[in-house]
Amino acid sequence: MAHEHKLEIFRGLLKFKSNTQKIWGVLVFLTIVTAVEVALGITKPDMLTTTSLLGMKALNWIFIILTLVKAYYIAWDFMHLRDEKNALRRAIVWTPVFLVAYLAFILLVEGNYIYTVFKEGFVTWNF
Amino acid sequence: MDSTVTTGAEENVWGGGNRPLGASYGKLMMWFFLVSDALTFSGFLAAYGFSRFKFIETWPIADEVFTHVPFFHGNYPMYYVAFMTFILIMSSVTMVLAVDAGHRMKQNGVIWYLFLTIIGGAIFVGSQAWEWATFIKGDYGALETKGGRILQFVKADTGERAALAEFSKTIPSERLKHDKNEGVWFYDEGYQPSYSLNEVMEGFKANSNILIRTETINPDGEKELLSRQESLVKIQSADQVVEGANLIHNEYGSRLFADFFFFITGFHGFHVFSGVMINLIIFFNVVLGTYEKRGHYEMVEKVGLYWHFVDLVWVFVFTFFYLV
Repeated sequence: MAHEHKLEIFRGLLKFKSNTQKIWGVLVFLTIVTAVEVALGITKPDMLTTTSLLGMKALNWIFIILTLVKAYYIAWDFMHLRDEKNALRRAIVWTPVFLVAYLAFILLVEGNYIYTVFKEGFVTWNF
Repeated sequence: MDSTVTTGAEENVWGGGNRPLGASYGKLMMWFFLVSDALTFSGFLAAYGFSRFKFIETWPIADEVFTHVPFFHGNYPMYYVAFMTFILIMSSVTMVLAVDAGHRMKQNGVIWYLFLTIIGGAIFVGSQAWEWATFIKGDYGALETKGGRILQFVKADTGERAALAEFSKTIPSERLKHDKNEGVWFYDEGYQPSYSLNEVMEGFKANSNILIRTETINPDGEKELLSRQESLVKIQSADQVVEGANLIHNEYGSRLFADFFFFITGFHGFHVFSGVMINLIIFFNVVLGTYEKRGHYEMVEKVGLYWHFVDLVWVFVFTFFYLV
């Protein structure tokens, strides 16, 4: 059991006095991020839904990035990955990241291809 | 690189002398399980993305599907799911606090924080059950076409959705019903919609204020609304009345949406449920003083890892089902 905790988040910008304080600090941060997500989801600002980046709405990119930010702090601070050895942390993080990125890439490209077949090919599905 | 420091032949990393990962067997095995479970969930979510990209122009808009909050009437998209997310993050926090109290060998602290974690988990599972029940029961009702697409109804003057009950005619008709004593091979007739297809069609033709909304999403990100003329043509393709959602029919739109919703949130809910059960067992062990005798609270840390993982998965499910 790692008894010593690293108490800095945001690359040392914020340093907490105790582990308990750090936990509450991370909670505040995660709550703010969730609140921002929900607010954006309800208001759906026109500027973000009309601009598109790499084939997806800017708003959706913001949601995905904020999700990854939340996932980072849950894994690093709640699951104590910050306190684990580099080798363990890398084995845990990079294995799924690589496999998931690969799977998501091929399935989304394939899904998009089938969409074009449905749209332009001689297939009737909406009748 | 502190992990490559060697202090002698026996302590060599590759000889297995020291502990290269600095974690106990139990914790490593929990991480093994969590990584594989993360891949399972990713597989489901990627399959969801695949189906959604296939039907990108006709996929249901989550804001219009999940609009209810318990004990409140009206249209409140997202609020309840946001509340559920907050509950789960909160119970994750009490779990870390329990682990932290365990590190400092404070039995009472662990008991209280684990207790709060279990309560949070129970609230979440309960909320999910309510969310399922609302989704299954349905809102307004719709028609399904021969091709399996959904036609919803909107009031032309206000732009609000119209429920089937608001415009359908009641046409008395005879329906032959078989009873158990009439045949050797008896099947229950199952669920019948509140209005027959004929009643909805006649009601629609009589009420010029009702328009049809198709599944197609227009460039503004809203569902396409047909004119009265187009609606009268479109309704001819209707095949049956759909109320609520199940694995075969879904009044909210694409049936795949309902399938994935039940499958992914169900699988996640099952994880939360098992998490609550595991937490309960550990809770009683803590109360009995098992870990006090053992000299350390590593078991709390291990189930804590599982509990945080459940929270982590929910963060992704929340994004891909409710936000994006």
